[in-house]
Amino acid sequence: MPTRRRALLILATLIGLALLSVVLALMVGSIAVSATEVFSSLFNEGGGVAGDVVRKLRLPRALAGFACGGLLALAGALLQILLRNPLADPYVLGISGGAGVGAMLAILFGLSVAGVNGFAFLGALGTMLLVFGLAHGDGSWTQTRLLLTGVIVAAGCGAVVALMLSIAPEHKLRGMLFWLMGDLSQTSDPRLALGILALALLVSLPFARELNLLARGADTAQTLGVAVSRLRRGVYIVASLATAAAVTHAGSIGFIGLIVPHLVRLATGNDQRLLLPASVLAGGSLLVIADTLARTIVAPQQLPVGVLTALIGVPVFLYLLTRDTRARR
Amino acid sequence: MTTIAPLLEICKLTVSIGGHSVCRDLDLTLQAGERLAILGRNGAGKSTLLSVLAGLRNAQSGEVLLDGSSYAALGPHQSALVRGWLPQARGDAFASTVLETALVGRHPHLARWDWESAADAKIVRQALAAVDLAEFEQRDVQTLSGGERQRLAIATLLTQAPRLFLLDEPIAHLDLKHQIAMLELFAGAARDCGAGVAMVLHEPALAWRFCDRALLIHGDGTTESGPAKEILTAERLSALYQYPLQAVECDGRISFIPL
Repeated sequence: MPTRRRALLILATLIGLALLSVVLALMVGSIAVSATEVFSSLFNEGGGVAGDVVRKLRLPRALAGFACGGLLALAGALLQILLRNPLADPYVLGISGGAGVGAMLAILFGLSVAGVNGFAFLGALGTMLLVFGLAHGDGSWTQTRLLLTGVIVAAGCGAVVALMLSIAPEHKLRGMLFWLMGDLSQTSDPRLALGILALALLVSLPFARELNLLARGADTAQTLGVAVSRLRRGVYIVASLATAAAVTHAGSIGFIGLIVPHLVRLATGNDQRLLLPASVLAGGSLLVIADTLARTIVAPQQLPVGVLTALIGVPVFLYLLTRDTRARR
Repeated sequence: MTTIAPLLEICKLTVSIGGHSVCRDLDLTLQAGERLAILGRNGAGKSTLLSVLAGLRNAQSGEVLLDGSSYAALGPHQSALVRGWLPQARGDAFASTVLETALVGRHPHLARWDWESAADAKIVRQALAAVDLAEFEQRDVQTLSGGERQRLAIATLLTQAPRLFLLDEPIAHLDLKHQIAMLELFAGAARDCGAGVAMVLHEPALAWRFCDRALLIHGDGTTESGPAKEILTAERLSALYQYPLQAVECDGRISFIPL
């Protein structure tokens, strides 16, 4: 039986993990910084080169990674409930596709990082409104219709992205590919993403028990006292904006949004009151760890972090899945 | 003198689905403690009508009133404290234990930030015991048989503890013993707690035995309703199912045998 005490205990553990991952990210890199140096440079000015590296380079990147990982995991958890489909992820409704089209266009035009982010956000917002409008067209709002509309729009965006990649000049290709695979090296100020993450979680949490009911079917939820159509619209908007914010910041980092909610579900059960905050913490930590590895494994070269999230996420997920089926027998 | 509004009141209700008329200008009331059977052929619109009564679907015209108020006036939360609905089909997209699934029924009784308490768990355990699932608490719902899943849905409804039960084929998938046990359970809720029960049934003999009133849906927009013992005759049922039936009486109970 779900209890508040157990939930708080699990969340406290995950907060510890999140802090640990950030500290690790601040220590590891081209210059190794010890834990004590990390703490002293965080709380005091100065500290020489190490202090600058920690404060100006590693901290913003780690926090941006945490925010994006948290946003993606939250969006994934929300969409899996909205679509009642364990295979749903933040990208299934085409939002990252739209952001991709915007970002590729901006890179082709040779815009700055801010321009790429702006175009990506506009693209994400555009597909969000398009999918919502099309799926909502006749007033009925079935999961299948929403899912199909999203998948088709995503496929369309994929084709446009492929088209732009094929006509792009050679020297821009690498930047474009890194954006598509997900990349945290271009991130600047993480405060906006962190703010959006906090806001999205705070708006979702009061409805967590209603989301539990929605996962069991819209009609059942309605007869148990949930204002289903309002809740669904809200979930769609929050999940879409969270995805848009993450993708705008860091490109389409794969797997976090699909795997993290499942990891948490397999480990702690499917109670959204715990699942939503736990997914945020686990998703953030996983992305910070993956990004730390991505920039150190083949240093001075950097790997796209999306590759690392998959390489870490897939075996952990498969392990939990086999453990779960064994327990059920 | 003030009159107490009936638990469920249907006024001039017209329902159709996919161009097919379910009922026209149907008037019906269900008082606390009454049990109504809804019978008809496949596709006659029994489930559609029941979902209109549950406030899940809009009627073409007419009104459905709970305690004298419409669903719109009550809002989803207040409605959930009055009526419960047992769906015909269920799909569990995610794994969940039997206990957690039945706990869902407590939702309307909890405030926004409340977690289920020991008292809620006690109510759930009583409900699980009532449907013969006491040993199943920690089982995953996705491993249950069809009949066990049906009884779990009934237990969830019992934990919701509504005053009006709207049951779409409550004994589907159940073995004989559990069919009677579940019908006894709802008859008991009507008798002892003053609950109103409206259920879609496919077995006229059980409707005859367990219900006070019956509503026959012919599928062409016409309906008949009245006391179960008067409405449920071999002649009317033969016309309803478009198949000849014969009534056989045994120990004061009636069974209808297809010829």
